[in-house]
Amino acid sequence: MTNPNNATISTIHLAEFTSGHALQIPTLRVLADDGTVFPGAQEPELSKETALRMYQSMTFIRVLDERMLAAQRQGRISFYMQCLGEEAATVGSAAALHDEDMIMAQYREQGALRYRGFSLEQFMNQLFSNEKDLGKGRQMPVHYGSRDIHYMTISSPLGTQIPQAAGYAYAQKLRGKSNVTICYFGEGAASEGDFHAGLNMAAVHQAPVLFFCRNNGYAISTPANEQFKGDGIACRGVGYGMKAIRVDGADILAVYQATKLARDYAIANNEPVLLESIAYRLGAHSSSDDPSGYRSKEEEELWRKNDPVARFRLWLLNKGWLDDAADKAQIEGLRQEILDALKVAEKIAKPGIEHLISDVYAEPIPELERQLTELKEHIRKYPEAYPITAGRML
Amino acid sequence: MAKMNMLQAINNALDLAMAKDDGVVCFGEDVGHFGGVFRATSKLQEKYGKARCFNTPLTEQGIAGFANGMAAQGMKPVAEIQFADYIFPAFDQIVNETAKFRYRSGDQFNVGGLVFRTPYGGGIAGGHYHSQSPEAYFAHTPGLKIVVPRDPAQAKGLLLASINCPDPVIFFEPKKLYRASVGEVSEEYYEIPIGKAEVMQTGSQVTVLAWGAQMETVQKAVDMAAEHGISCELIDLRSILPWDVDTVVASVKKTGRLVINHEAPLTGGFAGEIAATIQKECFLHLESPILRVCGLDIPYPLALEKEYVPDHLKTFEAIKASVNF
Repeated sequence: MTNPNNATISTIHLAEFTSGHALQIPTLRVLADDGTVFPGAQEPELSKETALRMYQSMTFIRVLDERMLAAQRQGRISFYMQCLGEEAATVGSAAALHDEDMIMAQYREQGALRYRGFSLEQFMNQLFSNEKDLGKGRQMPVHYGSRDIHYMTISSPLGTQIPQAAGYAYAQKLRGKSNVTICYFGEGAASEGDFHAGLNMAAVHQAPVLFFCRNNGYAISTPANEQFKGDGIACRGVGYGMKAIRVDGADILAVYQATKLARDYAIANNEPVLLESIAYRLGAHSSSDDPSGYRSKEEEELWRKNDPVARFRLWLLNKGWLDDAADKAQIEGLRQEILDALKVAEKIAKPGIEHLISDVYAEPIPELERQLTELKEHIRKYPEAYPITAGRML
Repeated sequence: MAKMNMLQAINNALDLAMAKDDGVVCFGEDVGHFGGVFRATSKLQEKYGKARCFNTPLTEQGIAGFANGMAAQGMKPVAEIQFADYIFPAFDQIVNETAKFRYRSGDQFNVGGLVFRTPYGGGIAGGHYHSQSPEAYFAHTPGLKIVVPRDPAQAKGLLLASINCPDPVIFFEPKKLYRASVGEVSEEYYEIPIGKAEVMQTGSQVTVLAWGAQMETVQKAVDMAAEHGISCELIDLRSILPWDVDTVVASVKKTGRLVINHEAPLTGGFAGEIAATIQKECFLHLESPILRVCGLDIPYPLALEKEYVPDHLKTFEAIKASVNF
């Protein structure tokens, strides 16, 4: 018999539902709160060098987030978003990839970006939208991107990167590259139509994508239990016929191990994998948000004890790969370094007026040239009203 | 040269593009083995394999997102949206992603080489979900290019130019002409430049402007006008974005009059944009108000389609009104 419906038929003769919660996905944990590895768990093979690169990426982001949120409060930058509580999820997953694998992030994945090697100056130039920003000062703070390190420029609309990741990975496959694309998104973005479109396309067309859902409990103020009814996000992978795995997102060894497993599987089989990290967005959604209106201090305190950075630090100390005092001194030094870089970046000029019309198209169309000419004439009449560009126009 | 209808010309263009560059990949709903519901991708899967010509699930936003990702990686996806009426689930991917990819990344990433092919327009008894002309929605989006061919030779040359374009293109195909429009087409590879209008007929009294399927209609009106002693200059715009302001301005400065025809509803249609620019550039040359002959401001009807469309008779009346103002 053919199977035109692409569905297995195992017959029953009495009507009976399959429960919407029939499938419960287990959560992988490797690293205990005290920095030891759980009995029965497998410690991933990490070199000291890689482990320290991971730790330093986490602490860098921790200090950067703290400093730049303060800079936003001081009015020095317009907007900021912290990664607080999700450093292990973003750094641990990036560390399990190859440096040429594509990263398509949502907006809270600066840990992955730093792990890839985005420099302090590059962070600052983007945050201050100055003329050295790789994005030419066109997007709000935290919309980073870098072609050199294979990190797709961030787009604000939620979930749009999901079907794009499917297409990107499909193209990698056609080009014969042994690379995956990792696609990060939140549990809220998983409600977007693009989530369904992207996972289904990737599964049907066998694209090696790692769909990495950061389930951090909140989409701005909306808690996960008002976002979906199923058991987390991972179970949905099964509906698309793809492998799925859930990890403790504050456990960097678990995240690393799961992502590595998923990467190996995706490359070997040309298939997507869905990963779900269970963590907690310890900070506000963004600098424009105040969580005190929708969640309790008690809840936050409980999760604060589940600090991903502290847990990994204990593991490194246990290993003898980190010196307590030297580490503390290094973090103090980092604070100063970041402050110094901030002071440099905020003094760098904004992009020139020609960048208003460049890159809309590969070459500006005639209408854009006309509009720029008119605009320049106007600015020459009222130079004091346009101080950023008036003095620098030819 | 060979005699081809518009579908054969499109199919021939895709075939040449896929042969020339293995980065060209065609996909969409029913596009694979079946060759598309109109057969524009006929035999391409047989020739180039399932990896480069394939069916997608029924998800326009997925098709558009997938195409964005492929193009960002450096390939040249030619994605078919089965009917332009069904492009709206992909609106976000096209307007917020396709159009802004290069700009928002500071030219680090781009989706040049991406073409959305989609049949548009009425005349096939399709009612309001198989007849719309949604070009104006996209014309409001910097970063896109919008192209509309009128015959087989143009369809081939403009489609090849679109696939080779460093910017993403929406390629609206006049479906009522798919089989109805037949002409001599070169079998060689050739491109027709995007953004250049074509003056199809020179004249002295009134400029008549349209694009795509409406060229046939306005040609009839212009012929009727000639029989009544009115000399029309006929222009096919060919690209909506960018549109060839200079050619239209030069023509209207000569004739002093302009009639614009499109099948989409009047309000917010692209004729309004053209009229605004032309009155600014040609104000002192104008002998009469710029007239628009468009669809009514209603959803595209079915039983009363003839009454709705901006046909040759309505256009002829507008030409007379313009000249006799």
